[in-house]
Amino acid sequence: MVYAAIFAGGKGSRMGNIDTPKQFLDLASKPVIIHTIEKFYIHSSIDEVIVLCPKPWVAITKDLIKKYLPEGKPVTVIEGGETRNGTLENAVKFIKENRETDDNTIIVTHDAVRPFLTHRIIEENVEAAIKYGACDTVIPATDTIVESEDGSLISSIPNRKHMYQGQTPQSFRLNDLIAVLSSLTEEEKSILTDACKIFTIKNKPVYMVEGEVFNIKITYPYDMKVAATLLKGKDSDD
Amino acid sequence: MINQVYRLIAPGMIDVACTTPDIMNKVILRPLYMSICKADQRYYLGNRSKEALKAKLPMALIHECVAEVVSDPTGRFKSGEVVVPVPNTPTEDDDVIVENYRLTSHFRSSGYDGFLSDYVDIDADRLVRLPDGIDLKVASFTELISVATHAISRFDMFSHRRKDAIGIWGDGNVGYITALMLKAIHPDSKLYIFGTVYEKLGYFSFADKTYHVDHVPADLKIDHAFECVGGEASRPAISQIIDHINPMGSIGLMGVSENPIAINTRMVLEKGLNLFGSSRSGVADFQKTVDILHENPDIPNYLENIIGDTVTVRTIEDIHKAFKSDISRNFGKTVIKWEK
Repeated sequence: MVYAAIFAGGKGSRMGNIDTPKQFLDLASKPVIIHTIEKFYIHSSIDEVIVLCPKPWVAITKDLIKKYLPEGKPVTVIEGGETRNGTLENAVKFIKENRETDDNTIIVTHDAVRPFLTHRIIEENVEAAIKYGACDTVIPATDTIVESEDGSLISSIPNRKHMYQGQTPQSFRLNDLIAVLSSLTEEEKSILTDACKIFTIKNKPVYMVEGEVFNIKITYPYDMKVAATLLKGKDSDD
Repeated sequence: MINQVYRLIAPGMIDVACTTPDIMNKVILRPLYMSICKADQRYYLGNRSKEALKAKLPMALIHECVAEVVSDPTGRFKSGEVVVPVPNTPTEDDDVIVENYRLTSHFRSSGYDGFLSDYVDIDADRLVRLPDGIDLKVASFTELISVATHAISRFDMFSHRRKDAIGIWGDGNVGYITALMLKAIHPDSKLYIFGTVYEKLGYFSFADKTYHVDHVPADLKIDHAFECVGGEASRPAISQIIDHINPMGSIGLMGVSENPIAINTRMVLEKGLNLFGSSRSGVADFQKTVDILHENPDIPNYLENIIGDTVTVRTIEDIHKAFKSDISRNFGKTVIKWEK
């Protein structure tokens, strides 16, 4: 079985003065989160979609799914955690306690605020998770990455050829993910906010799936404008 | 849902655009295989008038496709069913003019987005189920086969009953497919093929006789003919058909030409000939085509032979590779395995 876990935990604090979390803002007459759920809903490799969102938004999310999605593939809405790791743990716990799982169970985790992902990205995530146990979606870095340990002076400039920018989905064999998460101390959990990083630190292989430049994360009001531009009709391409 | 569509924005330039198909009301398909048509190639290479390019681009190419149903809110199709989508989209009913000749009909990859996209949204009445056992690469160019089926249906409507000998001018894809379908629909007629390349004529092993156009016996007579040549060469082809056709014969014109073609009307009048045009096809032609392919498994086997190349597409660069591979071939079909 392959589960998609969509993380809609953001509270919208970075979206200027707007109180609505960004995943619930409208993009082309639909909430961003619905566009994202739809992509997993129609993908034949995904058996169930699990949406994790802040408690006050659980009922609203359920209403939106009822309004915008046809009946068919199961879409379950549960409460996310306080942190990204907490949300990931909630997803894993829910699947483990409520669904039948085995060593071939896959979890594809994705940000609700990345509605532009493609069929191929999902397909290759599932294939890579089955084959390697863990994978991350990345694109080659176009800007030079500069590292600074103190925030004022450059401590190093890594070779751009070896640099990639992380996107989502990140996908895992569920049992491997559980093993890695359970090996973390509470302190490690608070520092290691990226599941793929946890795998890497624990010397587990993480395969890189090629992302897309347009698989953007809607974080700031500017991103919403970019997203709206990407969705403009044929005439605007002239 | 946000869908990625791969549009030709200028000759040789493809870019991704995003659309928002309505999954509550439309059938959503995932393309499996597609095939490149000469019409797509003309847009890709910019071999259309400036006016046509300006009016029709940006536009996703490809109108030959076989796909899997992803979701169908009407309940007519199940997820996973394999179907052939019909690119012609009528916008009004007409009990006289069939759907592919209505001026108000839309056609995918001619002013409207073709199938080159992650998902295709379409109405359920534009889909024809593909029976098990038909090779998907062959099924990818069902549309082209249905154009031949449509032309033969029109031929049956217009032509007199004596069909002892039928000639096909043109040794390319359209000639080959029309000849195959004609042999299936009129197995008792003698089928003669007229072409310019001996190697290509060699593929027509099922025909009764093939001729190089420079060596046609003067006394050869046919009852009816199909012109599948197109371009400037359709003028000498039509002229030769008129020379060899018996009085009151019918000539189906299937070759596309950018410029007007001169026709010997004196002899058309004298022989009482019937020239008719045929273009594109509709749902009924697709259904009939699929039925014929299912009932005559030899036909898909013959058609497998004209697949020149199969290109797996994961990136926009791969789309360019497929079109470039197709350019280098003057016979056969280029098939795209869609993994984008």
